[in-house]
Amino acid sequence: MNDGSVVKLMDVHKTYHTGDVDVHAVRGVSLEIQRGEFVALMGASGSGKSTLMNILGCLDRPTSGRYVLDDADVSQLDRDRLADIRNHKLGFVFQSFNLLPRTSARENVELPLLYGTRHLTSAQLRQKADAVLGSVGLGGREDHHPSQLSGGQQQRVAIARALVNDPEIVLADEPTGNLDSRTSVEIMGIFQQLNERGITIIMVTHEADIATYARRNVVMRDGLILKDLQVTQRSDASIELEKIAPIDSETPS
Amino acid sequence: MKVGSTLNIALRALRRNKMRSVLTALGIIIGVAAVIAMVGIGNGAKAQVEAQIASLGENVILIFSGSTTSSGIRTGWGGAGTLKIEDAEAIRREVPGVIAVSEEVVSTTQVAAGNQNWFTRIYGESADYLDIRQWPLADGAPFTAQDVRSSNKVCVIGKTTASQIYGNDSPVGQVLRIKNVPFTILGVLTPKGLSTQGVDQDDIVIMPYTSAMKRVIGGTTLRNINVQVGQGNEINAAQQQIIALLRQRHNIRPGRDDDFTVRNQQEIADAATATTAVMTLLLGSIAGVSLVVGGIGIMNIMLVSVTERTREIGTRMAVGAHGSDILTQFLIEAVTLSSVGGVIGIIFGIGASQILSSYAHWPTLISPSSIIVAFMFSAAVGIFFGFYPARKAAALDPIEALRYE
Repeated sequence: MNDGSVVKLMDVHKTYHTGDVDVHAVRGVSLEIQRGEFVALMGASGSGKSTLMNILGCLDRPTSGRYVLDDADVSQLDRDRLADIRNHKLGFVFQSFNLLPRTSARENVELPLLYGTRHLTSAQLRQKADAVLGSVGLGGREDHHPSQLSGGQQQRVAIARALVNDPEIVLADEPTGNLDSRTSVEIMGIFQQLNERGITIIMVTHEADIATYARRNVVMRDGLILKDLQVTQRSDASIELEKIAPIDSETPS
Repeated sequence: MKVGSTLNIALRALRRNKMRSVLTALGIIIGVAAVIAMVGIGNGAKAQVEAQIASLGENVILIFSGSTTSSGIRTGWGGAGTLKIEDAEAIRREVPGVIAVSEEVVSTTQVAAGNQNWFTRIYGESADYLDIRQWPLADGAPFTAQDVRSSNKVCVIGKTTASQIYGNDSPVGQVLRIKNVPFTILGVLTPKGLSTQGVDQDDIVIMPYTSAMKRVIGGTTLRNINVQVGQGNEINAAQQQIIALLRQRHNIRPGRDDDFTVRNQQEIADAATATTAVMTLLLGSIAGVSLVVGGIGIMNIMLVSVTERTREIGTRMAVGAHGSDILTQFLIEAVTLSSVGGVIGIIFGIGASQILSSYAHWPTLISPSSIIVAFMFSAAVGIFFGFYPARKAAALDPIEALRYE
């Protein structure tokens, strides 16, 4: 095991070349995230938080600087090596869920397993997917298609998909951006539960109240870290949920 | 990444778009069915021609009056009358390996019996003719060598001629007036059907060539001589000797052209099958065009599909798909569409040829090799037309693809 830090960014820069102009999206970020943290990455649009998220998610490589993920330098790996790391160590949750249409919840959750190195029989795939779906509260809805599920349920399927390969880190990009406030709190509740189980979560959000569910807030501006602080008055989703008038938010859309 | 799971992924993707998959495969189905049916018709025609050439008889050499320098056999027919009865007798006497010779004269004329009459072809032949053609009688008896020597007024007639004049009555023993000469009908031939040129071979009267020349057609020259040799390997030697013999008999000096034309059965068969081979190729190519159009349909749909599924591709890449996984997935989708289409097309093609042969009475012949070729070709179409869209999908940037609206 390592010293407890799962993510280490050292003076990371990212520059895009668009025509004649160089856009410095990230201009020297150093950041260390410990195992078991729940970090909210905040900032206005154009602050570089999405670019940083792409680098953290191994979807993009830094122009300069080092990115050490789980004790391995991943800054200069090629496309295929990065894909393997995404498959083994990372789980993604997107704002618009990105579920495959006309595909059952189970098959959506099985997707990362199909690209893994372990060969599983279809019975094993099914068993694994159903177990994770059950853990996010979707037991009994394994055969539903995304169109038959509400937004909150779709995001739960996406979370199950992110968890199915037992990742080191779950990366969530505006996970509540397309959800109403009650469902948002429910999703935060799931994240807090996962975090209690020791899963590291990095979440991009621009909503200050959503950020209070995390343990640590990192605020970016103009490609640099502006503030990096622990959340003092942390919201607890289970308490917040009781404050909201109980409505049938789980009716399929 | 294992082929098994990629196959699984690709099949799941196809199942998600059933209607589109079916319509895309339809292009290939029609293309392959057309190729199978067209090549089947071409091969059927070829087989029929070959069967008819074989019905000329085995190991047959044909000698025609008059010369032709072109390769086509038909242009030599009806040339100047240079073949004499004595030429045929010389061949019978002097050329080794010859087992049968038939002197032939041909004409068309009106024939009558009772109050019926019919315009038909008159063939004057020797008594060997029916053996050479392997043409048995359905009823009665053939004329004999004695009938030929005596120029007897006897004949055998084909099925068509018989039914036109006598209806359902038996013509054997009846008298047929040919140019007002009464001929006794000795027998009726078994039906042979249409020739390669579409001529009804059963619309015929065959009589001794001596009778035909003296009593019906007139003239002293033969149109052609049919020669049969005993062994297939003697046919070339016999052909050379016939040419030498006839040149000598006709006093043709070296360097001058023959005044006759010699063809053996193989050459006639080659000429006739060359025609049908061209027809098969032509039909096959036209059908092949529709197969290519079907392939372009696959490429079109796959390109649309790549654009439409950009976010899906991005998602797959985000959860760990390599570019090669995406490439393989789209290739498998294309090849599955084209090869499933190919299999269904083969079934439809066989069905279409069955319908054509039963309703239009076109002979069709579907060989296993044409089925294999059609299947391989349809799979190849899938790879060829699926590759570009698949590569396009694999080259997508995951960040761009995830954001694609």
